[in-house]
Parts: sequence; C-alpha cells; structure tokens
Amino acid sequence: MGNDALSAEETNRPIVDYRAVQQSERFQRLRRRQRGFVFPVLAACLVWYLAYVLLASYAHDFMSTRVFGSVNVAMLLGLAQVVTTFAVTTWYVSFANRRLDPIASEIREEIEAEIADASDVSASSAASTSSSASTPEATR
Amino acid sequence: MSAAVLGLRLAAEPAAANAPGEPWLNIAIFGAFVAITMIIVFRASRNNKTAADYYAAGRSFTGGQNGSAIAGDYLSAASFLGIVGAIAMTGYDGFLYSIGFLVAWLVALLLVAELLRNTGRFTMADVLSFRLKQKPVRIAAAITTLVVCFFYLLAQMAGAGGLVSLLLGISDLLGQSLVITVVGALMILYVLIGGMKGTTWVQIIKAVLLIAGAGVMTVWVLAINGFDFSALLDQAVAVAENPAILDPGLKYGVSDLSKIDFLSLGLALVLGTAALPHVLMRFYTVPTAKEARKSVVWAIWLIGIFYVFTLVLGYGAAALVGPSVIAAAPGGPNSAAPLLAFSLGGPLLLGLISAIAFATILAVVAGLTITAAASFAHDIYASVVKKGKPEAGAEVKVARRTVVIIGIVAIIGGIGANGQNVAFLVALAFAVAASANLPTIVYSLYWKRFSTKGALWSMYGGLASAIVLIVFSPVVSGSETSMLKTEAIDFAFFPLSNPGIVSIPLAFFLGWLGTVLDRGTEDPAKQSEMEVRSLTGIGAEKASEH
Repeated sequence: MGNDALSAEETNRPIVDYRAVQQSERFQRLRRRQRGFVFPVLAACLVWYLAYVLLASYAHDFMSTRVFGSVNVAMLLGLAQVVTTFAVTTWYVSFANRRLDPIASEIREEIEAEIADASDVSASSAASTSSSASTPEATR
Repeated sequence: MSAAVLGLRLAAEPAAANAPGEPWLNIAIFGAFVAITMIIVFRASRNNKTAADYYAAGRSFTGGQNGSAIAGDYLSAASFLGIVGAIAMTGYDGFLYSIGFLVAWLVALLLVAELLRNTGRFTMADVLSFRLKQKPVRIAAAITTLVVCFFYLLAQMAGAGGLVSLLLGISDLLGQSLVITVVGALMILYVLIGGMKGTTWVQIIKAVLLIAGAGVMTVWVLAINGFDFSALLDQAVAVAENPAILDPGLKYGVSDLSKIDFLSLGLALVLGTAALPHVLMRFYTVPTAKEARKSVVWAIWLIGIFYVFTLVLGYGAAALVGPSVIAAAPGGPNSAAPLLAFSLGGPLLLGLISAIAFATILAVVAGLTITAAASFAHDIYASVVKKGKPEAGAEVKVARRTVVIIGIVAIIGGIGANGQNVAFLVALAFAVAASANLPTIVYSLYWKRFSTKGALWSMYGGLASAIVLIVFSPVVSGSETSMLKTEAIDFAFFPLSNPGIVSIPLAFFLGWLGTVLDRGTEDPAKQSEMEVRSLTGIGAEKASEH
C-alpha cells in the first residue's frame, strides 16, 4: 500500500451486501457456534480463577492442607489452573479447526469470488486495460 | 512488566560495595547481545517501506514466531526478577500473580485475538472506530493507548535504573541516569531502524534466551534436590525458618482490606492483559486470523511453562540463598534470581542471567515504543489530522519522528521515576487498560447496539476513574513507602492500592449507559460488515509480498 489511507475498507463496501450475508442462515450458524463456545467456556474459566483467588484469600486452612510430602492443596490448585488453561487452549483450537474454520472459509471464499467478479465487470465496462485494481495491493 | 506489580522497589541504594559477580563480565555479555541483535535488526529492516512493513512487519511472521515474540513482550525483567523474588520472600503469594497473568490469556484467545486481527489494520483504534464515529472514537482510543504505553514505559525505564545498581554495581544517581539514557538510545535505534520486524526479532531472541535460561536453572535446582520438589520445599522452609512460606496469605492475608486489594489486583491482571495495546498490536504481524490464534496458543504454552519454572526458582532461591541474604542484597527481593544463578553457576551464570534480564527490558521497551508511535501516527496524524489521506510515505515518517520523541520522553521520565515505586506505574497501566479499553473492545465486537456515546463514556470514564483512584490511593501518599515518601502528606482517601475492582465494573456500566442514552444511531451496514468480517476474515489485511 503506497497510500496509507483507509482504502481497504472503502474498496469492497459497495460490492458486497454484508447485511444479506449477516442474515444468511450459514453466517448465523457460525455466529451461534462461536458465541456458544466462547461465552460459557470463558465464564467457567473466570469463575474457576475467581474461586481459586477467593480460596487463597479466605480459606487458608484448607489451602494449607498437606497432600503429599510438603506439597499442599494450594500448590496443586495453582498447578491445576495452569493445566486447565492449557487444556482449554487445546480444546478451543480443535473446536475452531473443526467447527468454525470450515464455515468461515466457505463464506469468505464465496464472497471473495463475488468481489473478484464484480471488479472484473466494472474494470471491463470502464474499458480500462491496465489499472483499476481489484485489490488495494495492486495500487502500489 | 508484570511483577513490577509485586512491589518492585528498585531504589537507588548504595550497591557497588556488595554487588555479586563481575560487573565487566555482565557488561560484556550484554554488549554481545546488543551487537548480535543489532545485526539481525539491520538485516530485517531492509524491506521497511510501507506502513504495513513498519507497523506490522509486513504481516509476515508465523504463529510460532509471533507467539514467541508475545512471550518476549509479556515476560519482562520484572516478571522474571519480581516473581522469583516474591516467591522467595513471601512464598506462595508470589505464585498467585503468575496464575493471574496466565489465565488472562484465555480472554485474549477466546474473545479478542482473531476478531481483532480480522477487522483491524495496525492499531487497537482501527477496531474500536470501525463502526462508530471515526474521529472521536479514534482520538479516545489513541489517548488510552498512549497513556497505558507511557506508564508501562516509565516503569520499565525506572526498573532499568534499579537493575543496574544490582547487576553492574553502579550506585550513584548520575551513573544510573547515564545507563537509562543508554537503554533509551538503544531502544530508539532498534525501533527506528528495525520497525516492527526488528522489534519482533529482538523479542523472539530474548524470549528464547529467557525461557532457556530459566529452564536450565530450574532443572539444576531440582537436580540438587534429587528431583524431589517436596524436598526442595522442606529445605526452603528450613532455611527460611518459616513454614508459612508454603501457604497462601503471608503477604495478602494480613487484613480484610489486603484481601480485597488482592481481589482488585487479580481482576485488573486477568482483564488487563487482553486490553494492553502493545499485546493487541502483535496480532497484526501475522498473515491470517488462524495464525493469530496459533500465536496465542504458543504464547500461552511458553508463558505457562515459564511461570511453573518461576515457582521452582523462587523456592530454590529461598532454599539455596535464603530470604535473609536476599533481603540484605542490593535490589532486595529482585536480586533473588541473580543470586540463585550466582550460587549455582558462579559469576558466568550470573553474567548470563543478568544480561538476559537487561535484554528483557530493552525488548519490552521497544515493543511499547512502536505501539505508541503507531497509535500517534496512524490514529491521530493519518486518520484524524489528514482525514485518512496522508501523502505517500508521510505516515511512516511521522511514526519515526514519534519514536524519537517518545524515546526522549521515556529517558527523561525514566530518570525522574528512578527509585520510585515501580509497582504503582505498572498497576496503573494494567488497571487503565482493563478499565479504559476492555469494555469497549468487548462491546464493539459482540454488542450490536453499542454506540459512539457508549464507547466514549466507557473509555474516558474508565481512564479517569482508574487514574483518579490511584492518585487518591495509599501508593501515592500517606506513608513512608508511598510515592511521596512521607507520612506528612496524606490524601489517600481510597483505601485500595489497585482501582480495578471499582473502575472496571464502572467502565462496563458507563459503556452500557452511554449506549442506552444515545439517541443517535450508528450505521447498521457498518455493523453488519464488521460482524461478517470479524468472523470470516473477508477483506482482512493480507501479508505484503516482497
């Protein structure tokens, strides 16, 4: 982009009817899936973290209980936070790969094809041979 | 960064007399780091032509590279020195921070990273102003970005001064000021020449060194104790003569107020990370949202593993060095990790660990500077002053000039803040980020009705309430340990040292209230476009080709 204006947003707005895409059944399914995963899982993680902080602040006796050797409940719960963070991360990635990415790229590819068609048409109708960029990158 | 929150008080104490190790060796190892990274920055900077190159490294990094850079950005010297020191001195309570800093990444992964990558170009303001009124929202977002970066930057620069007294044995104020100036000048050079690409490589190298260094020390400490963690804990208890270091509450359990204070801090940490502008900007350096997701996954693994290391290192320092020795050392608790390195591997390991700690400050400072410069040049100059139509190349020129100005301001501020309570600055940065930015980020990505008035109320309200509450908190006045260092002046009307528990809910509330009361409506087509683009990646900025 030679020109650093906010041109990317401008170029494809008139061509794509985002309203229609947003209301399409397929997009709504994608949106439902993403929110259906993200909101409850994040809420659960934050509650679990909050519970841990509250236990560490207000339940000293319980947290100080020795489990094996000198390792106590507090340390195991702390490590459990680390483990759940890793586990949720892995879970989300596999969920996104299986359930979100396929629909998202399906919608994206369709619309990008639409944009390419539309700009081909406008380019030929304007009878301009060389320029009239289909992507902002080409304006360089 | 992070653990500056732990009460990092790097005062300019007389240190030269009993600084451990060999200052010249520390300087030599650090010099080698600077030389090597400088060469890499020069090589990486050849293609810095456009704004996308300069701010976002041409969006050419892989998820793994960017994830390492995020870890390098996030794990600052204070995080390394501070958390190890806090665990060595106050035991388990130090570990509570680590957990907050790590869990915070789930907010970034699940709510923010991918959608932000899909809708923005260079800065946080790109996303926040996407479907609202460009000018006022951009200005507000740029202001909160600059404020957060400034306080974060100040904390790092002040920390550099204190670190020097510990590691290089420079104890007089002039010498430390000189070192702060050198750090600032180096940082300007890296960012000026290397842009985001150079900065990213410095962060990657530093992350690898830091995590490898901490890993080697962790295995070493465990090996000394026959790979029996419980035996290490027993020894730490025996040396510290205090079994309570294994249990929570030593530091934050002393009163009801300190418990609420910890809750407030925990809230700011867990919600602040996903709203730190320099963390958000890193998501633009990868080609797709999927790579942004991979970056966060890498970052979470690296950061999580590192924090587990710090648990072992903290108790290791308590067992092998001892809290009383650490407390008496120059730099206090922050010297725990270097002293542990010294007792394990002598002057050479100390030199290595010290150089890594120092390199860490440099890398974090560079990341903050480029974020602040990008925000000024892109959000204020190009988008507001030039109304989105700057002359070709002008934006990057402005960004480069801003880097120099920010560098100079950081040097002066760092010298001024040298010896101040660094905790105050970093706590402010996290609290401001969580209050001023997070509500607006979440609302604009997930709430259809969200309006300009809501965004402005939330950002300015969150920013102002966080800062005002800190000014009237015990960190600023009322005690010997406060910023003003005297009991005579006392305007600490707000009892908590972290404002998060008040200012974050308030900012969420203001965002809702402003939206509900806003009679004007936003462009529904823009909302549709933003939502479709954020979830599918249509029209997202691609990697630039070279």
